[in-house]
Amino acid sequence: MGKLFAVVVTVITIVSVAFFVMHTWWMPIDISTTGPAIDHQLEETMTGSGLLFLGGQLLLGLFVWQSSNKNPARKIKTFPGGANPLVAAAIILVGIEVLTLTFVGSKAWGAVNLAPPAENSLHIDVQAEQFAFYFRYAGPDGQFGGIHPDKIDDGNGNYFGLDPANDVAARDDVVVGSLVVPVNRPILLTLHSKDVGHSFYVPVLRIQQDFVPGLLIPVHFTATQTGKFEIVCTQLCGLGHYNMKAYIEVMSEPDYETWLKGQEGQ
Amino acid sequence: MATTTLPPGTEITLDDHGAGRPPELIPHPPRVTASGPQSQKSETGMWVAVSAIGMSFAAFTSAMIVRQDSSTDWQHFQLPHVLYLNTLILLASSVTLELSRQRIAAIPAAARSTAGSTKTLLANGIDWLYLTATLGLIFVLGQLLAWRNLAAQGLFLATNPSSSFFYVFTALHAIHLLGGMGGLFYVLRKLVRSGGAGETSGLSAFSIYWHFMDLLWVYLLLLLAMRM
Amino acid sequence: MHETSASHAAHQHSAPTSFIRKHVFSLDHKVIGKQYYGLALLAVFIGMGLSWLMRIHLGWPAWPIPLLDKLSAVGAPQGVMTPEYYLSLMTMHGTIMVFFVLTNAPFAAFGNYFLPIQIGAEDMAFPRFNMMSFWTTFVAFCVMMAAFFVSDGPPISGWTAYAPLSAVGGDAGPGLAMGQNLWGISIAIFCIGSLLGALNFIATTLDLRTKGMSLARMPYSSWAWFVTSVISLLAFAVLLPACILLVLDRVAGTSFFIPGGLILSDKMQPHSGGSVLLWQHLFWFFGHPEVYIAILPSIGIVSHILPVFTRKPLLGPRAAVGCMIAIGFLSYMVWGHHMFLSGMNPFSATLFSVPTLIITIPATILTLLLIASVYGAKLRFTSASLFCLGFISVFISGGISGFFLAQPSIDIYLHATYFVVAHFHFVMAVASLFGVFAGTYFWFPKMTGRMMNEALGKWHFWLTFIGVYAIFMPMHYLGLAGNVRRYSAFVDDYLIPLIPVHKFITVAALLTGAAQFIFLFNLIWSRFKGPIASENPWEATSLEWSTTSPPPFDNFGGKHMVVYNGPNEYGVQSSDGHDYIMQTSPEKAPAS
Repeated sequence: MGKLFAVVVTVITIVSVAFFVMHTWWMPIDISTTGPAIDHQLEETMTGSGLLFLGGQLLLGLFVWQSSNKNPARKIKTFPGGANPLVAAAIILVGIEVLTLTFVGSKAWGAVNLAPPAENSLHIDVQAEQFAFYFRYAGPDGQFGGIHPDKIDDGNGNYFGLDPANDVAARDDVVVGSLVVPVNRPILLTLHSKDVGHSFYVPVLRIQQDFVPGLLIPVHFTATQTGKFEIVCTQLCGLGHYNMKAYIEVMSEPDYETWLKGQEGQ
Repeated sequence: MATTTLPPGTEITLDDHGAGRPPELIPHPPRVTASGPQSQKSETGMWVAVSAIGMSFAAFTSAMIVRQDSSTDWQHFQLPHVLYLNTLILLASSVTLELSRQRIAAIPAAARSTAGSTKTLLANGIDWLYLTATLGLIFVLGQLLAWRNLAAQGLFLATNPSSSFFYVFTALHAIHLLGGMGGLFYVLRKLVRSGGAGETSGLSAFSIYWHFMDLLWVYLLLLLAMRM
Repeated sequence: MHETSASHAAHQHSAPTSFIRKHVFSLDHKVIGKQYYGLALLAVFIGMGLSWLMRIHLGWPAWPIPLLDKLSAVGAPQGVMTPEYYLSLMTMHGTIMVFFVLTNAPFAAFGNYFLPIQIGAEDMAFPRFNMMSFWTTFVAFCVMMAAFFVSDGPPISGWTAYAPLSAVGGDAGPGLAMGQNLWGISIAIFCIGSLLGALNFIATTLDLRTKGMSLARMPYSSWAWFVTSVISLLAFAVLLPACILLVLDRVAGTSFFIPGGLILSDKMQPHSGGSVLLWQHLFWFFGHPEVYIAILPSIGIVSHILPVFTRKPLLGPRAAVGCMIAIGFLSYMVWGHHMFLSGMNPFSATLFSVPTLIITIPATILTLLLIASVYGAKLRFTSASLFCLGFISVFISGGISGFFLAQPSIDIYLHATYFVVAHFHFVMAVASLFGVFAGTYFWFPKMTGRMMNEALGKWHFWLTFIGVYAIFMPMHYLGLAGNVRRYSAFVDDYLIPLIPVHKFITVAALLTGAAQFIFLFNLIWSRFKGPIASENPWEATSLEWSTTSPPPFDNFGGKHMVVYNGPNEYGVQSSDGHDYIMQTSPEKAPAS
């Protein structure tokens, strides 16, 4: 029974680790400037914890295998050194790992959430609602119109509750259902929610941020490759949560300008 | 015939075996525990209960602070004056409780000297307890008056976050106080039955609770006065 | 019989005679422990059934599930689950499992039964409160079950019930009217039951230890129950206010958690000024300690049982206890790691991440002590010991994934993905439950006077051990691929290629679930037909093995137990030729 346990644990461990190492199912490409630091942090953690995982499971298997030896003459042994070296080793090794991860990781975190947005960021307003994302551009005047929730009229496409009749700045705001951005330009999003909590997750940009009703939350990134990728909601928001998504289209600067002019013309 | 000395606190039960055999006195020596006499478990339990109640009011307090600071819609209002009178009444009830406890605690010593004074002590002790209960009831009625005062000003539970928290804090405190009064009557009943000669751990435990309700109210009053 | 009225009664309450007093409204902690176990058993099969329904839908969304339309014609017309019904089942699955299984079974059930016995007491400190705490929990369970049968269905906001989705009422979607009300009320009632229980455990451990049972000589399981009860007291004392405020927002028009200007179902919601994050702070201030409430008792149970089958003491007894206390203490400092991306101040993410990573240290120490205790042992392989060994393996697996999630930078990517689902299922659903299984196989003889069937137990172990890895290890890969959780279907472009993995998990879940019926059958069969158990079939040292199987009404038949040794005296030469010395034996172990 002991040998069976050791074999099963070993097989499970090796198979599990294999899938991790082979990246059979893995993160998508990273097209952001802050992503590489996060990926690096993940790889480091994967290596460190992978070793701990392997070590722990295989040691357990080994000890169980040895302990199942039924020789009656065998004496019971205590782990060499007893508890104290183990405790000390755990504190020191795990402590070092903890400190390293915190130190390095806080830089990756800070780059995303603490660093201020770049001065020339393209500012886009994002609204989440049950069950869609909408994106608003300031238009040629460079000003966003005010938002009036009581004026929201989805049937007429007034998702944000703009008041163009009385608000000059709102007249040229562009509202679309896809996030279209130029490549290699710093983007600043301001997130707000119309109803309940939602979340903004773009795996390829390595960003995720909750929408919190009542708060305006900034998110900034720079996309480094063109293409069309998915934005999905990750905060349970009701029955349509699984279906709540939008696309982010990263275009070359000229293509973006063409697209924007086309939108503004409407 | 040898005499045996039984340890203090030994219970004797009489087992009459039914018919056919002579009845037998069975000594049950007190259970020796690692930590002391079992009587203190009521007090331990009460300290634990008081910690939990304190923690829950701490949670409400932090909820109030966060709510007040996260929005600009906090509407300040004057606390009804009757609250201050209620506070004095509740503090007085703690005093009467202590007066009661002093008398009850004096009973075992008095029992060893003269027989008559134990009856007076017990009667007085119980009277002070009844007074404590009455004061507690007056406090709760006074809180209801405070509520009516607020309602007259148009401040109800949902009117404003400030009034919401006022009602929540005062209602929960009053509910706990009423629960305490239930405990008070339980302790009173035991005292009356035992003639004051027995365990007073119930009374000690109760007094921890009651004094805590007192202190909790003073804390809440200060909190409401500062924040409302 | 004449008794003096002083409360130093030899028996706290006399032996009951009527059926109701013996088996229903019993003051006996052993009966109450079994009642908690029965409730947890019922709850776990309901929760497991819900998970089957969820997994079938995820793997084969269009396939009509037989009889599901009988449970809810609205939720599953013709047996095909609607998205909202999936979320309802998911919410109830999480709620039932976390509260009615993982807080009940390892803690309330085994703790109630064995804490008094292990410390040499006749009963809990407050038997009447103990009875009340069980029946309060039972009422909470009934209220929760009622949510299945209201017209709008059970709530869909998850066991975490985030505001404002859970707070605004029916406008936010189906299940969020009466269903959510019942949820809030049920959990509030559950809090009261748990607080009463925790109070009892603490007072009992502090005041009712018998002569010679110093804190240092308490078995690990008793220590774990004690630390858990302290955590539980403070945690549930915060959840109760949160639920009260939530219910008030829902029914009384207050705005604790609901800000202004929200439009739901095309209606402006009549609330304003509330703080969405306030709910999250209150909930997770409870919620994080709660997960340690779920795992610590199982750590204690496994630490208690393993030495019996390795026939040698657990390594580092003082370190083990110290680690349990450290985990309990640190558990209150880390709640923000559930909220890294919540919009709270980004600086606080680093602040919460540090204690979260530090808490891995005592957890690692405990794991290493367990592994090192197996070294050089003469293992006796029983169902109980196999589940202990299995516990070590799954606790490693579950703990390792915590390293990733504890770091805010990595959490940006892994938050709300199946990586999180893998992590918490490994530590809670699997590791904690393995502790319950180990405890069941170990203590069943003591509780019923009969042995469970070992062959069935071993089959149960192997199928479950391999099964849980097949279910939950792949979820890590899904998470790394960015598979979002709480989705009722996978329609996004990047998720569609992952559906075959989900199908694999579903099959594994159904098979592993089926294996649990072996356990259920074994429990019931052995209760009536199992071989009669002796007083100490496992040759263990702690006090529960110094009395009959099952113990008499007052646990020790009127004897006042005196304790001379700690619980660790295994692998020693005793004067009567055994390799262990019981805690109640006056013989002192030879100094080693």
